[in-house]
Amino acid sequence: MLLHPLVSIVPSCNTSYMYGNDFAPPEDAPGGGLLGEVEAAEAALREAAARARRGGPAPDEDVEAYFADVIDADQKIEPRDWMPEAYRRTLIRQIAQHAHSEIIGMQPEGNWISRAPSLKRKAILLAKVQDEAGHGLYLYAAAETLGISRDELVDLLLDGRQKYSSIFNYPTLTWADVGAIGWLVDGAAIVNQVPLCRCSYGPYARAMIRVCKEESFHQRQGYEILHTLAHGTEAQKAMAQDAVDRWWYPSLAMFGPPDGDSTHSAQSMAWKIKRFSNDELRQRFVDMCVGQAEVLGLTLPDPDLRWNDERQAYDYTQPDYDELMRVIKGNGPCNRERMAHRRKAHADGAWVREAAAAYAAKRSDRKEPVAA
Amino acid sequence: MSRFDFTLAIGDDALIAAQRLGEWTSRAPEMEEDIALANIALDQLGAARLLLTYAGELEGAGRDEDDLAFLRDDREFRNCLLVELPNGDFGVTMAKLFFLAAYQVPLYTALAGCADERLAAVGAKARKESAYHLDHAALWVKRLGDGTEESHRRMQDAVDEVWPYVHELFNPDPAAPVDPSTLRADFDATVSAVLDEATLTRPETGWTPGGGRDGLHTEHLSYLLAEMQVLHRAHPGASW
Repeated sequence: MLLHPLVSIVPSCNTSYMYGNDFAPPEDAPGGGLLGEVEAAEAALREAAARARRGGPAPDEDVEAYFADVIDADQKIEPRDWMPEAYRRTLIRQIAQHAHSEIIGMQPEGNWISRAPSLKRKAILLAKVQDEAGHGLYLYAAAETLGISRDELVDLLLDGRQKYSSIFNYPTLTWADVGAIGWLVDGAAIVNQVPLCRCSYGPYARAMIRVCKEESFHQRQGYEILHTLAHGTEAQKAMAQDAVDRWWYPSLAMFGPPDGDSTHSAQSMAWKIKRFSNDELRQRFVDMCVGQAEVLGLTLPDPDLRWNDERQAYDYTQPDYDELMRVIKGNGPCNRERMAHRRKAHADGAWVREAAAAYAAKRSDRKEPVAA
Repeated sequence: MSRFDFTLAIGDDALIAAQRLGEWTSRAPEMEEDIALANIALDQLGAARLLLTYAGELEGAGRDEDDLAFLRDDREFRNCLLVELPNGDFGVTMAKLFFLAAYQVPLYTALAGCADERLAAVGAKARKESAYHLDHAALWVKRLGDGTEESHRRMQDAVDEVWPYVHELFNPDPAAPVDPSTLRADFDATVSAVLDEATLTRPETGWTPGGGRDGLHTEHLSYLLAEMQVLHRAHPGASW
């Protein structure tokens, strides 16, 4: 339900204009290469659209064969197209989980808006958390193209029948955690999401292109917070290192269980919803972070982290997957708080939503004679 | 009020309003409203930063926006009491925002034409934003006032609760760049029209608390500042 027109308030990445040009990141700072991939995916999307498509199966054609053709040809499935029920369900589950993550993810960072240490940081953080609400909104809209309503999805979240990313069940204990979330959590999210810009389902791919562009600004602002802290007072530097120590392994766990244990992967790969395995993406993230941590002057908390010349990649210690499973099952540090917070906001707002609906109904009643 | 005091006062209004609105993040009745409230908080914060920066320059003691925001105690803040009141339910927040915006629109409009170039520039920018805040809050006052029985009751309670605090906004000050008393007629016209359409009753004027412009606040402000300033003050001299 849309309560009011959004034309003037939907953000188009607030953090980008707030960010300004007052910080020149080093060459291997976040945002560079991956943003290029997002742009390439966007170009590919346009090319796919421009290539002659049959605009739907012929009357006597098998819809399943048509679906397979579209996937094979790297074209996009659109809401009007037939799709296997399992494909639809997988997408709903994945897009909804992503949308829920954006909404729940507002909490750990929102926790520091009131205490941000400068007015500039307060403005950037407010804008960032607002961007997340915006991402949640258009991801719910993408899910709605699959024949489920936002209200239903919100209920599934509130009832605990759909999940959100486990990373948001960790607490933000210091200001540096805001930086660590931006650098590591948003960084991991981008590595995960960039391939989704090429997902076979058109509305999701298009939403991800927009989300990824904004996320790259978020990652940069987190990196900048840590950079400032790491080059500040001893207490600030210690705060930054402590945050990286706490967020490193949970960020690695964001890519999900190791490939052997991942339940949804093979089918999603075949459908081109997913393009790389969990372990491939995790490796890519580690390789990206090592150089960035060096520039920050912070240490990644892994004594076994080292370059492997043969693999042309870093060897690293796996996150604790038992811990991941515990958090997914509801026993992370903040699972209960995050859900209670969301349920309370939803319950507290019920009278407002009812009033808006009643007011709108009165308006349309009054207008009806004119329209008739 | 001197130009410094005036600039500080309206800058503090915007800063404290932003701080309160920011508290709504992830708690709004709808996702769209979460975005809208954050947007309005950002506008207020933006105006606060411009005004506090300029106040620091007028003072000439080398204080910047952060010194003024984070290193003053509650007795040194000059904001009106209206903005520091707790958020209450969504109705109270909308009543506060509606009255604040109905004051800020004519204030910033007048400021846009004042002799001080810096203040005029802030006024020119902020009046467009305030017009949107007024529009947004007025729409909610109407929706809640003319919505359900419960929302009507809550919205009327909110208007009654907040109304006493509006009078302080218009205390005469002929020496200020804009004399606040000249804004009252505009404010009253806006408020009457919206409350009428919302089927709400404009409260009688009785109790008229004040003192914010002299640094005499409610008990709420000190708690708000304790939270806002805690991290900045824990690391004296640090850069962020």
